[in-house]
Amino acid sequence: MELNEIIKPENLVYEKPGLMNENPMHYCPGCSHGVIHKLIAEVIADMGMEDKTIGVSPVGCAVFAYNYLDIDWLEAAHGRAPAIATAVKRLNPEKMVFTYQGDGDLAAIGTAETIHAANRGENIVIVFVNNAIYGMTGGQMAPTTLEGMPTSTCPYGRNIALNGYPLKIGNLLAQLEGTCLVTRQSVQTAAAVRKAKKMLRKAFENSMAGKGTSVVEFVSTCSSGWKMTPEKANKWMEENMFPFYPLGDLKNKE
Amino acid sequence: MAEDVKLMKGNEAIAHAAIRYGVDGYFGYPITPQSEILETLMAEMPWETTGMVVLQAESEVAAINMVYGGAGTGKRVMTSSSSPGISLKQEGISYLAGAELPCLIVNVMRGGPGLGTIQPSQADYFQTVKGGGHGDYRLITLAPSSVQEMADFVGLGLELAFKYNNPAIILADGIIGQMMEKVVLPPFHTRRTEEEIIAECPWAAQGKTAGRKPNVITSLELDPATMEENNIRFQAKYRKIEENEVRYEEFQCEDAEYLLIAFGSSARICQKVVENARAEGIKLGLLRPITLWPFPKEVIKAYADKVKGMLSVELNAGQMVEDVRLAVNGKIKVEHFGRLGGIVFTPDEVLNALKELIIKK
Repeated sequence: MELNEIIKPENLVYEKPGLMNENPMHYCPGCSHGVIHKLIAEVIADMGMEDKTIGVSPVGCAVFAYNYLDIDWLEAAHGRAPAIATAVKRLNPEKMVFTYQGDGDLAAIGTAETIHAANRGENIVIVFVNNAIYGMTGGQMAPTTLEGMPTSTCPYGRNIALNGYPLKIGNLLAQLEGTCLVTRQSVQTAAAVRKAKKMLRKAFENSMAGKGTSVVEFVSTCSSGWKMTPEKANKWMEENMFPFYPLGDLKNKE
Repeated sequence: MAEDVKLMKGNEAIAHAAIRYGVDGYFGYPITPQSEILETLMAEMPWETTGMVVLQAESEVAAINMVYGGAGTGKRVMTSSSSPGISLKQEGISYLAGAELPCLIVNVMRGGPGLGTIQPSQADYFQTVKGGGHGDYRLITLAPSSVQEMADFVGLGLELAFKYNNPAIILADGIIGQMMEKVVLPPFHTRRTEEEIIAECPWAAQGKTAGRKPNVITSLELDPATMEENNIRFQAKYRKIEENEVRYEEFQCEDAEYLLIAFGSSARICQKVVENARAEGIKLGLLRPITLWPFPKEVIKAYADKVKGMLSVELNAGQMVEDVRLAVNGKIKVEHFGRLGGIVFTPDEVLNALKELIIKK
């Protein structure tokens, strides 16, 4: 069969989302961010909200998220994305507004902004990528780092006596009256990706329906920070992260 | 038609002016001596009249970042606080300057350092005009000396902020915030429509419409050559502001042999000092910088050729006096007189200081 024959709309099984541009991603091989970016791009396009979506990117590995998705963005100071998104949405209620944050951004330096935006029930989506480590700065301990898990600032493993417990911020957010959806997903298999996309779409729909704050936590890998191959990182995540951060809906108000 | 004269506090005037100047959003956190701004806005409920959003944030940090969010979408937004709260806002202020976002900040100063006191002070001059946050940036700084100017500078501050895509700040103090005076409030301006915002702020993150590139509000640039270009662009803008936006007021300066330099509430006290001095035969004038940045250095430099000495009168340990000395450049004697920690000087104290520090020597 000629190439021209193959490239026909009826043969199309997969394509890059239209909102994703040609900029080469800076993410490491095996990183979960790329897949999560793709899902956001697909959901925005599926909803036909390309011209009405405003993203708020964090400080962390996803600081340059604005380089990959062709929508309007605001780049936040570290941890402040939910405060920024609060004003963007309140002043532009017809727009679809989301933050994209890592565990250090959302659950350490930005805990106050996260809790209070969620507690006010801001009609925004919080996309939370939890890989239990500070990836961008080179693999330091995060609030979500598991007990015994080594990082560059807990080289002998997280010691509870010294560093306290890993923070289940998702469970905390689910307790707040302002959240309508808090769900924990992953993207390491095709089935997981499909399920995650469904929940992401629900979150964005909630934000436009004025139901309150939706949080989609992605339990993710950081093969560079964890110092593992992408394949090993996925396996390690399933064996170690999932038992402590079990997948599924923590809250799903109908 | 008779003017609509009202009697109110400076803080209340700020709130009423914000509604009337068509502000889209105010984000604040309570702190003495400026809480009446948020209280007045909440009592007025402008969301039911002009559509203005008013929100009490969980912290000053959150409030300034809400300003960043609103300003990034091209809206007219503002926040207010007092000294310790303004310290907390410095991170956000630096980001606003770095992303070139227009907005209005109000600091109703109190005595520091630390938690300090709730009494009035002017000790945040350095913080405001010399930086405060990190990086090479400037804030357009307006210093009101009356309740009327509290109201007027809301409009002026926003006008300048949008003219230059730069944060502007009203640097008031506890006296101006708390005292009641007559004020003529501005007429109601309607808030801009979405179309007007897009026309005025084509850079705003308003949702990417077909046919244009994405608008990204950011202060981040990892390539040092580009980051230097950004900084050079900021500096060129600051030079333009210095050239065009200097504002000051002269009070009995024409025949003056000595000058007081004072801003805000200090300038009000110094008006009395000038009257008292002239009653004693001392030819004293007062120069009141209205913009603290850009600082009226050229006019002060010119007066250095006409007068014998200058006294910089401030409610601090000597901050603006450094800028006065830079302008005068050693030509004549420049001294500072101030009270600290929330104590306000009397006209007699100032006149005595003038005699001791400038006239006798």
